Amino acid sequence: MYSQKIVLHFPSTLVDKPIIYKLTKDFDLEFNILRAVVNPGEEGLMALELKGDEDEYKKAIKYLKDSLVRVQTLSQDVIRDEKKCVHCGLCVGVCPAGAFEVDQKSREIIFHQEKCIACGACVGACPYKAMTIKF
Amino acid sequence: MAKTVAQINEKIKKGEAVVVTAEEMIQIVKNDGAAAAAEKVDVVTTATFGPMCSSGAYLNLGHTKPKIKLGGGRTTLNGVEVYAGFAAVDICIGATALPEEDPKNKVFPGEFKYGGGHVIEDLVKGKDVKLKATTYGTDCYPSKKVNTFINIKDINEAILFNPRNLYQNYNVAVNLSDRTLYTYMGTLMSNLGNANYCSAGQLSPLLNDPFYKTIGIGTRILLGGGIGYIAWWGTQHNPGVKRSEGGVPLSPAGTAAVIGDLKEMSPKWIKGVSFQGYGTSLALGIGVPIPVLNQEIAGYTAVSDSEIFTNIVDYSKAYPQGATESLGRVSYAELKSGKIKISGKEVSTAGISSYSKAVEIATELKEKIIEGDFLLSEAVAFFPGSDSGYKFKPLKTREIKGGE
Repeated sequence: MYSQKIVLHFPSTLVDKPIIYKLTKDFDLEFNILRAVVNPGEEGLMALELKGDEDEYKKAIKYLKDSLVRVQTLSQDVIRDEKKCVHCGLCVGVCPAGAFEVDQKSREIIFHQEKCIACGACVGACPYKAMTIKF
Repeated sequence: MAKTVAQINEKIKKGEAVVVTAEEMIQIVKNDGAAAAAEKVDVVTTATFGPMCSSGAYLNLGHTKPKIKLGGGRTTLNGVEVYAGFAAVDICIGATALPEEDPKNKVFPGEFKYGGGHVIEDLVKGKDVKLKATTYGTDCYPSKKVNTFINIKDINEAILFNPRNLYQNYNVAVNLSDRTLYTYMGTLMSNLGNANYCSAGQLSPLLNDPFYKTIGIGTRILLGGGIGYIAWWGTQHNPGVKRSEGGVPLSPAGTAAVIGDLKEMSPKWIKGVSFQGYGTSLALGIGVPIPVLNQEIAGYTAVSDSEIFTNIVDYSKAYPQGATESLGRVSYAELKSGKIKISGKEVSTAGISSYSKAVEIATELKEKIIEGDFLLSEAVAFFPGSDSGYKFKPLKTREIKGGE
């Protein structure tokens, strides 16, 4: 089954439209919402995982774009500033998705962006402010 | 045959000294034995990189015209409160100081975006820092107000002093409660969600010299990337704790006070940090050379993570209440594997001290010594030892009768 983690940015005019419902009904996609900030009258955003047929997924993305929803892949939105990271490891224990791993040889912290669910736990836990979440 | 520091320095000057990191020394002693290692190796470099909350920078700003006496008044740097209770233009900025308007933990957990540690980092980076002071006037110091930028290159002295550093071993912090805790040991997830430790283990300076036989007052070190010295034994020095057969303390023990010229430090090795829900601090990199004077010292410097043990402490109850109960003992080898078992539960572990940065500092110090850019100094006096009776005491509070 095809699966992608994406971030949707909704213009304020769309927040009261049932966009996610359409993804399931018209394109038969399974969705798992990872994070959402949606308020009436404001620009909204939602990080979610979509699963289903690849062709249907592509059609769904076209539908979203045609509806003026801005679509980004999730990994672009959580960034580690390599200049600030000192590889201490305080992000490792707080990450619910296991996106950080200690390299057993170099003792450096590897960030697996593909595992990240953009919850933001590491952003607050990093004393060096190396992690940012761009929503 | 025993060596002296002077003999080792002669070898360094001739480019003949054999210098290895404490990590490399483990294998050398394992292969050749401590006696042969003592013959072969002259210096072992140790290091650590982590937050040191007791850090402060003492600055002498120079005099304004007309002169002002900051002592006794109120002074801030970039809005952060500094201590001005000294002479006219001497101030001290502490790592955990905050701006008055910082919301602190009113909205919990507080973010603590900018504090004393960050001011010190900005100074080291060569950034202009805003000085604001109000005070009272005197005949000799008539000005009552100053509002200006200062820059580290223009002020007279900038001295980093850190009265407690190089902690010889430290607790592993866990959380037995059902809510997330925000501590100086990082974010601790509820119900044993994670375990945080804070020591470079086998690279940590005082774990490689467990009885303080070479590291003492006057030892030249790398501090924040520049030259520093050990000024005294550190505050809360507690050398009398239980030790393993090899002499390694099983709980937090010795500490060292360090001093150095802030002007010579590098922003790579001195960084302001923000601990969510706790406050700000200053992360510092330190490298300490150990002269391998004899077989005994060679043996100590070969200590490995599997021989260093520490206690697991609950930060929801035991630590804040000052209780000493331990939830068990683990080695740094277990901690560094990424998982430990506590009461039958597998818990993921993480370091606060950066081991990879410690390796980098130990290697940098090794290279400096090999190139002849860093000579060893002999300690002029030693720390109170493990049998000195010197102890870390709690504060016994007493009721003040008739007082507030």
